[in-house]
Amino acid sequence: MDLELLILQFQKKDVKAYEKLYNMYCDSISGIVYSIVKDNDVAQEITQDVFIKAWNNSDSYSSKKGRFFTWILNIARNAAIDYTRSKKFKQSKQNLNSDFFVDILETHQSLDATTNTIGLKEFVTKLGDKCKSVIELLYFKGFTQKEASEELEMPIGTIKTRNRSCIGELRTMLGV
Amino acid sequence: MNIKEYIASGILELYVAGSLSEKENEEVHATIQKYPELLEEVASIEKAIVILSAAAKKDDSYSFADIQNKLQDKAPKVIPISKPKTNWSQLSGWAAAFIIGSVLIYTVIQNNNLKTQIATEKQQLEEQIDKASNSLAEAEKLIEVFRDKEIISVPLAGQKVSPNSYAKVYWDKKTNAIYLDAKGLPDPPKGKVYQLWSLKLSPLTPTSLGTIDTFTADANKIFTIENPNESEAFGITLEPEGGSESPTLEQLYTLGAVSASP
Repeated sequence: MDLELLILQFQKKDVKAYEKLYNMYCDSISGIVYSIVKDNDVAQEITQDVFIKAWNNSDSYSSKKGRFFTWILNIARNAAIDYTRSKKFKQSKQNLNSDFFVDILETHQSLDATTNTIGLKEFVTKLGDKCKSVIELLYFKGFTQKEASEELEMPIGTIKTRNRSCIGELRTMLGV
Repeated sequence: MNIKEYIASGILELYVAGSLSEKENEEVHATIQKYPELLEEVASIEKAIVILSAAAKKDDSYSFADIQNKLQDKAPKVIPISKPKTNWSQLSGWAAAFIIGSVLIYTVIQNNNLKTQIATEKQQLEEQIDKASNSLAEAEKLIEVFRDKEIISVPLAGQKVSPNSYAKVYWDKKTNAIYLDAKGLPDPPKGKVYQLWSLKLSPLTPTSLGTIDTFTADANKIFTIENPNESEAFGITLEPEGGSESPTLEQLYTLGAVSASP
């Protein structure tokens, strides 16, 4: 209920509510953006643009359309993917290999060694390739289940249940 | 509705991912309104994703202050009302110095621009002369080819798809080379290329001699192609980019048979 109220205040242009939502999702959004553009400065710029866009277009969000987080996630993925289609990106990253988010986690040099990060690294290392790609496509790339089923050559139903069990493992590990 | 089954179906995970259609989203939303225990499940899925994706970030967190600064940059600026006193003589002195300075710099820049302009023009001229002598040499080579009596010339007439098209093949049997004059073909539409075929008549067996990928770019529309086949006829078809295994006969533009005795 708290979250709903927060979003309502945010839509009424309450900066405090905006800041709270920002702090809740900023790291997640920048993680998603980084996993697509793979450049710190660009990721920061796009992440900020995403939140400014959300603020300026807060009216267009409606809980009927989905979760607030999902709404921001969509804005972020679109902005990041748009960037990867730009000339600027193509020039700078001609030979970029398409790392999975898991590769980013596994090779993470961050000093921020909280239990969560350590646990996550272990978790993604243990994840099966099919789990990795399902999570990658659905959450990090924004594929629909149909697109994901075509990409991975799996029936739609399998995508749904496999994703459910992968997220289930993640939740057990995180205790959420 | 069986809530447990609904949860186990995995639809809520897709709901958080944003992978559902607009209609499905609305349905899930309505179901959550009806069964509030689903909200807990959704919140927990969302939390897991928020933590997982946050771990993929490289930098430290970005501060909210940056966002506020950016928002304020867009807000209208406040203009102070009080006017400072002005020292006119000093100001006009600086202004004069500034103007003279700028004119000086401007002249130097103009001069430099002209110099580089002359240099590039000279270079362009040299390139043009170079090109002209090259194409003259090419033309001479072509005339030589056409005059050689050993060379068989095969006119290709326009077909149903494009009755006004024509082409000509000059076939040098000694060197197995073909010179295709395709000036009489229209530019191929985007995504399509012309493909030249060597044909045996009985039974009809086409052999691809390759696609003409540089058609639009080539100015004289004469192409040199290798042909080791005992061809009895030549045809040109329009094919999708990259060419086809066998000719698309509905898109046969021109066709011509090799006369029996050379």
